[in-house]
Amino acid sequence: MADGDTQVPELSFPLDIPCLKRGAMEGTKPFVAAPEHQAKLGYPGTLVPDWKERALAKMKELAEKNRAFQVYLDICVKCGACTDKCHYFLGTGDPKNMPVARQDLLRSVYRRYFTFAGKNFPWLVGARDLTEDVLHEWYSYYHQCSECRRCSVFCPYGIDTAEITMAAREILDSIGYGQKYSNEIIGKVHEIGNNLGLRPKALAATLEGLEEDIEDDTGVTVRLPLDEKGADILLITPSADFFAEPHIDGLIGYAKVFHEAGVSWTLSSYASEAANFGLFIGSYENMREVSLRIRKAAQDLGVKRIIFGECGHAWRVAYSFLNTLAGPFDFLDQNYPIPQHMLEFTWDEIQKGTLRLDPSRNDHIRLTYHDSCNVARASGMGDYPGGQFEIPRNVIKAVCNNYFDMDPDTIRESTLCCGGGGGLLTDDLMDLRVKGAAPRMKALQQVTDEHGVTHMAAICAICKTQFSKVMPKYGYEMDSILSIHQLVSNAIILTGQDTGGDAKDDDTEDAA
Amino acid sequence: MLGIVFALLFYAATAILVIGVAAKIRTYARVPAPLKIPTTPAPKTGFGVVLRMAREVIFFESLFKSNKWIWVFAWMFHMALWLVLIRHLRYFTQPVWWWVQLAQPFGTYAAFAMIAGLAGLWARRVLVERIRYISNPSDHLMLALLVGIGASGAATRFVAHTDIVAVKTYMLGLMRLSVGDLPADPILLVHLFLVAVLMIVFPISKLLHAPGVFFSPSRNQIDNPREKRHLAPWAAKLEG
Repeated sequence: MADGDTQVPELSFPLDIPCLKRGAMEGTKPFVAAPEHQAKLGYPGTLVPDWKERALAKMKELAEKNRAFQVYLDICVKCGACTDKCHYFLGTGDPKNMPVARQDLLRSVYRRYFTFAGKNFPWLVGARDLTEDVLHEWYSYYHQCSECRRCSVFCPYGIDTAEITMAAREILDSIGYGQKYSNEIIGKVHEIGNNLGLRPKALAATLEGLEEDIEDDTGVTVRLPLDEKGADILLITPSADFFAEPHIDGLIGYAKVFHEAGVSWTLSSYASEAANFGLFIGSYENMREVSLRIRKAAQDLGVKRIIFGECGHAWRVAYSFLNTLAGPFDFLDQNYPIPQHMLEFTWDEIQKGTLRLDPSRNDHIRLTYHDSCNVARASGMGDYPGGQFEIPRNVIKAVCNNYFDMDPDTIRESTLCCGGGGGLLTDDLMDLRVKGAAPRMKALQQVTDEHGVTHMAAICAICKTQFSKVMPKYGYEMDSILSIHQLVSNAIILTGQDTGGDAKDDDTEDAA
Repeated sequence: MLGIVFALLFYAATAILVIGVAAKIRTYARVPAPLKIPTTPAPKTGFGVVLRMAREVIFFESLFKSNKWIWVFAWMFHMALWLVLIRHLRYFTQPVWWWVQLAQPFGTYAAFAMIAGLAGLWARRVLVERIRYISNPSDHLMLALLVGIGASGAATRFVAHTDIVAVKTYMLGLMRLSVGDLPADPILLVHLFLVAVLMIVFPISKLLHAPGVFFSPSRNQIDNPREKRHLAPWAAKLEG
């Protein structure tokens, strides 16, 4: 769907509940994966003739391999607690975007074939046959879920729609009906090592260019090393950090922090990607294969620590799954968290006093912070519950004088998805992305009205890309979205840096 | 004759309930959770998880965060149901335990709170467009069944007093596998029949949420993935 067709939703407050608009998003679906994208991931190229049998067999297998899938399909009581919690429902009004209704698209089939009630009294419990229409409906609505887990916070049983979405996508993949965007990207990581398909030579050239930029800006030589054996720290960061705005300013921030902390670090051209889209398609095997690249890179380079840059779902896979998928990491220094988040590192350094920071260098910015869903609800930071909310804010407050939180119902564990997560950050879903961003945009508009907020920071590559694309539709400049380490980069005064009247980072000039 | 029919019904219902729920619990316990997926922020210790789960099942913490109306009705219904169930233990014990005695006065009136809570939930199911959309016939029937149990039970006490001493004698007999006479009180028979139906549908319906919540990975997992490696048996085989 072209950008121009989208009706930007007018909400009167961020969590404004719409009336049901049946079928509103019925036609929406992303491009289907081509046979060559499917093949690289070990899936059938096109829809297999015996898709029905194989889909049901896969469903049975998942119920036997994944407790969440089994339990969540059984125990929903249809209380309605989740019905107004999904940003895609709030933005579109389509009832099938209510979390429980989205689950029911699959639960109805599960009941029909695997439960006593559904086998014998399908009309009573809303069970239905698996038909081709159902399959297309799955493809459509399971690609209208960003797996952000907001519904799971509010469910009295913790039912997580993301688990059902991932299972549905895995079933679709296994019968040859995959999504182009995610599967093509995973193929690139398997082949080349990052989502962009950026080759080592190009990556080296990019990093050299950045080193020159920093030297031009500050007069100080700050290195961005690549494939340096014997470095202490391996930095794994989303490949968007190598080329896109505002991501790249975040990467410059990491480099400056490492430089001032006096540690040796390196990037890897073999594992040049933090993102792991294997999560989005619910594939343990693909997620594992991508993760193992990081293990191999760490071993080959002989590093002692692994640190991850700003990326939401990547941090979920890193924090919650990396030890499972690619561990044990007994060859790394056990005195540090494995893996560690860049913000944990920077906050430690700030507390130690190794960084010279001048927050007034961000005085042209009035800032709010968007908690990224996967960081907020699917991972942690620091050594206490909720560190993932405090540490980013602590760092922000150390580098920025004007900070304001958005509506408490839209931040921290209740944060809203940016609208582009979970494998939906593709132009063929732009209409959905704009609508799904509506609740967050309304919360942002509120702090703009109340406190004159000009910019929003995020620590997720997907959030940053999504917001730079959809914010203009809501009256903000595309560079109103910032990396936290971009703010750090602005505020940090490097040892030996000439601060006499140097220009501020022109990427963050006042946009309001 | 009536005594024998209900005896058979209750023996069958009890067997289905116990075996059915045990089988489900066995499945939930045996299927592995391949990854750490607690909804964070989550407790970092086992004791913390016990507290989280206790807040969830005693106070309905997440539901409270979600929607105060559903919470009020659901919490009122469930807590009243507990009181009613505890009070009913007096029909299966001799002598009656002291804490069951204690619950007696609250337990009788809890029936009204229970029915009121159910009525509130049912009203929402009909009146709120979103919840009407997600409701199946079985969701309405379940409410009807519970309201029927509550109303018929309350009626045996507040409308047409049943011969409760005879009922107790019958129940104590059933527990020793000796079938006696059951008073032919129609309200009582309706009450007992509906309870048996509830026991039978328990393991094949959404009532499984009661044991199921304890197996929900997003609520029962400890948030310590970096400190302790978590590996499902089938996933370990991939490492071969």
